[in-house]
Amino acid sequence: MEPALAVDLRNLTKRFGPVTAVNNLSLQLESGEIVAFLGPNGAGKTTTIDMLLGLTRPDVGTARVYGRLPADAIARGEVSAVMQNSGLLKDFTVRETVAYTASLYAHARPVNEVLERAGIGSIADRRVQKCSGGEQQRLRFAMALLSDPRLLILDEPTTGMDVQGRRDFWSAIRKDAAQGRTVMFATHYLDEADAYADRIVLIRQGVVVADGTTAEIKNLASGRVVRATLPGANLDALKVLSGVTHVEVRGEAVIVNCTNSDIVARYLLTSTDARDLEISSMNLEAAFVALTGDDAEAVEVSQ
Amino acid sequence: MTAPDITPPERLVPPLGGFNVTALGLEVRRMLRNRRTLMFIVVFPSLFFFLFGLSTRGPRAPSPEIVAFIMINMAVYGAMVGTTAGGAAVAVERSLGWSRQLRLTPLRPAAYVVMKVLTAMVLGFVAVATVFIVGALNGVHVAPRVWVLSFLAAWLCSLVFAAFGLFVGFLLPSENVMQFVGPLLAILAMFGGLFIPLSALPPVMQTIAKFTPVYGVGQLARAPLVGGFTSVAVFNVAAWTFLFAIGAMLLFRRDTARV
Repeated sequence: MEPALAVDLRNLTKRFGPVTAVNNLSLQLESGEIVAFLGPNGAGKTTTIDMLLGLTRPDVGTARVYGRLPADAIARGEVSAVMQNSGLLKDFTVRETVAYTASLYAHARPVNEVLERAGIGSIADRRVQKCSGGEQQRLRFAMALLSDPRLLILDEPTTGMDVQGRRDFWSAIRKDAAQGRTVMFATHYLDEADAYADRIVLIRQGVVVADGTTAEIKNLASGRVVRATLPGANLDALKVLSGVTHVEVRGEAVIVNCTNSDIVARYLLTSTDARDLEISSMNLEAAFVALTGDDAEAVEVSQ
Repeated sequence: MTAPDITPPERLVPPLGGFNVTALGLEVRRMLRNRRTLMFIVVFPSLFFFLFGLSTRGPRAPSPEIVAFIMINMAVYGAMVGTTAGGAAVAVERSLGWSRQLRLTPLRPAAYVVMKVLTAMVLGFVAVATVFIVGALNGVHVAPRVWVLSFLAAWLCSLVFAAFGLFVGFLLPSENVMQFVGPLLAILAMFGGLFIPLSALPPVMQTIAKFTPVYGVGQLARAPLVGGFTSVAVFNVAAWTFLFAIGAMLLFRRDTARV
């Protein structure tokens, strides 16, 4: 039997009234991958994760975790999650919160072990109320480790944390991921995706706009941007030029992302009426903006 | 990459939808640590008992039977506040997002509700036991049969308020739900004859009282002492428990469908 995919999302669509939060999204994760789910706020990351965890029912499509329905995968401890909007009881201590959660599983790791692994062993007897945002997040992480899940989902796990909190949190995750767990984390911090993922899935308006290894996404970002004033530009002619990854129009300007700016510049200056031509290099930030901006088009980078 | 070798050979679904006594024990401990809850279920009912039952000495002091009567009434009052608070805890947990956190665990929603009801019943037990112990230590003498039957009736019939608490808890997702419910409970307690004897009310009020949810509990808890075990009282408890349970279940269904 072929080993089941860690995550298998097929044609997921979810609408909230007139808004399509997730639009025919498919995504497969192999076991052992560490994947960043990257996109601006409102891109559909949380809705997708909610469907992956069975917290929201998709209008169309299916979600499977290690071949199981999400609710079944949760009940068996195959998957656990650190969610940004899940609450904690203020009058439990850290240890009680973990012990309570541990008691709900058929098999759970020892409470002290997960407290240590999440780096909160020293505050085990503190009331949740008295814990900082970062400490509460590591508490959620400790709870997520209890079932020793094969898949760990982190939904914007460091939102609202200070720099030190983010660093501590990721160092705990990184230590843990070394054991070969599949990890999928949603974030809108590029540096987090860059530092911790070996694959990046970019999502915008409920659609995957780029999916590739971190290196591939960086490649995409390593190109240059050629910008020129050219009313009524022939976009199709630009798109077929060698090395062009992305073309867009802003007002009278045309913006071309490409790996070889010489070809594009030569074409624009010799075959069109383009003027005010500028060439600049692109970074990951710019690629992110280009791929997730409102008027961006989808680009396939993992062929 | 290959699948990580960190998993037990077979991953099992927990029995009873995740219901277990460890979680129940932690829940009860947490509720009993809450000062406000303790105030309402331990301190106030005993305080009222002293105030109404023991404050007058000398020739105008109430008869021993009336003191026992007041003790039972205050036990019922404590139990109804305790079980309501236990049930209404779902409101706090929903407003804090704890229910959503629990959706990430194997705990089945029905098992969660069962734990809430049992926690509520433990709080009710503590409330009744406290007032009865305070009564016994302060000279209440009744037949052993009355101690046992009144205790059981006051405690077990407060299930109606565990259901009421759940109903309110699923209706109002608020951290301060007990602030709305507290005054309502006091009014209901009055119609249940807990603070003043029902016979002291005008006849119309006495009739209305029979249809309110504390009436049955009060009648049944006092019956071992003064009689008054009627089918109306039994039906009152059964009907209100049923109504609140159905209401809570409908709201609970709506709730789990939405999350």
